[in-house]
Amino acid sequence: MSFITIHNVWKNYGQTPVLENIHKEVEQGSFITLVGASGCGKSTFLKMLLGIEKPSKGNIILEDEPLKAEPDGERGIVFQRYSVFPHLTVQENILIALEFQKKPLIARMFGSSKQQALQKVNALIERVGLTHAMNHYPHELSGGMQQRLAIAQALIANPKVLLLDEPFGALDPGIRNDMHELVKELWQQDQLTIFMVTHDLKEAFSLGSRLWVFDKVRHDPHAPQNYGSQITYDLELSTDVDDSEQIAIAEEIKSTLHIDQSEAVIA
Amino acid sequence: MRLINRHPSRPLKWLLGFLPFVIIVMVYIGASHQRLAENPNDKLLPGISKMVTSMERLAFEPSKRSGDYLFWQDTLSSLQRLAMGVGISALIGLVIGLINGAIPLVRANLSPLITAIALVPPMAILPILFIIFGLGEVSKVVLIIIGIAPFIIRDMQARTLEIPAEQLIKAQTLTANTWQILLRVLLPQILPRLLDTVRLSLGAAWIFLIAAEAIAATDGLGYRIFLVRRYLSMDVILPYVVWITFLAFLIDWLLRIISQRLYPWYHSQKAVQGQTT
Repeated sequence: MSFITIHNVWKNYGQTPVLENIHKEVEQGSFITLVGASGCGKSTFLKMLLGIEKPSKGNIILEDEPLKAEPDGERGIVFQRYSVFPHLTVQENILIALEFQKKPLIARMFGSSKQQALQKVNALIERVGLTHAMNHYPHELSGGMQQRLAIAQALIANPKVLLLDEPFGALDPGIRNDMHELVKELWQQDQLTIFMVTHDLKEAFSLGSRLWVFDKVRHDPHAPQNYGSQITYDLELSTDVDDSEQIAIAEEIKSTLHIDQSEAVIA
Repeated sequence: MRLINRHPSRPLKWLLGFLPFVIIVMVYIGASHQRLAENPNDKLLPGISKMVTSMERLAFEPSKRSGDYLFWQDTLSSLQRLAMGVGISALIGLVIGLINGAIPLVRANLSPLITAIALVPPMAILPILFIIFGLGEVSKVVLIIIGIAPFIIRDMQARTLEIPAEQLIKAQTLTANTWQILLRVLLPQILPRLLDTVRLSLGAAWIFLIAAEAIAATDGLGYRIFLVRRYLSMDVILPYVVWITFLAFLIDWLLRIISQRLYPWYHSQKAVQGQTT
């Protein structure tokens, strides 16, 4: 049995199919990047993994148990924006996860238990490089620092799966590279299983260990909304970025995505 | 340079803001002089000195009948009623608004009722309040509550719903239960918004307070104004109106300062979104 099994998953919004016939197995420790044109259903797929959308048909199984229909501690999430709590400092933003776990009623820690928890929190803050900003509020942080905080916050709860929804989409290219380093490092050190939605093909190739492309297989030119997307490419990525075969496939994917985008505009 | 690009310097800005007040006072003094020159007993536009002596009498001499310093007694009574009415409304508004905003099942249950209550004109049910609660303090406080609590509830509900869904999802992935989310994610973010809403509702609260005091009371700022109206005592009414306006300004200013001190993250967030306080 695999770590995650996606079994015959379909998703419709009303009459409109978004995803169809998705079968996949995922090993623990994979870093899967999800790409595709706008509206191809890759974000919908991530929402199903997160538990805020339910498959219309089929199911997703995580370690022999079907996924719960609401978010829980098994799945961590980093959104593009609004991921952190604006009324808490960097340190409090991470500590709150431990307070949720340990104190069901008051959701606050005091005294020695707090000191103990803070050691763990501060160690994590150091790993993501925010020690100097520990007592700052999110609005005092740059976009990149906010995303570092959001990642640390997701990791403190030790999720089985980490979901990243275009986490670096709003960042400058230079900062984006720093974030790639950070995520890669955390992934390798902690043996995380990561799903990341991205618009950036280069990012998808360089970061992931496996790449899924979402695209429509069946087309009806008179009713472009009649069919949903499937996973058209499922690539094991080698760490060697100069792999010529990979580059060729990347070009091919790029061209199919462009066709699809222009169609989406007409639709 | 175009007019839209010309900004006043700081002293000029103060001067320009102050000017209309000075003009109004000058116009008043002029008109008052004119009328008093024709008829020294004119009551409509009393001179400043007349107002000062009347207010000195009310503020610094004990009343012959009760022994109270009437001006301060009126101020204290009115502020007490206002504080009780606004305070209880804020508490009701916070609790119900927060729960309404956070829990869809409660919202479905209560929201239509609150919308209906908010549409009842509070002044129309003032007689009912007098019948139920008598003419004492309770009915005045209840009038303020009925007047502003539904507004605060609805606003708090809307503010709670405005908090990005991402934060609620995030909290759930950090294993928070509903109660913990209310307590640590929603409540602290709603409190500065409650102060905003209270500031907005204070104008209405003053209206209801003065109306209730005008109809049935034995002291209070509104009571005094309506009492001395019988004697055309503009020398008391005008200073009282200025005093009420000043109190309203002071309370609003205090709430703003408190909010800025307690919730710096909220105000810089608002500044980023380009809103003004």
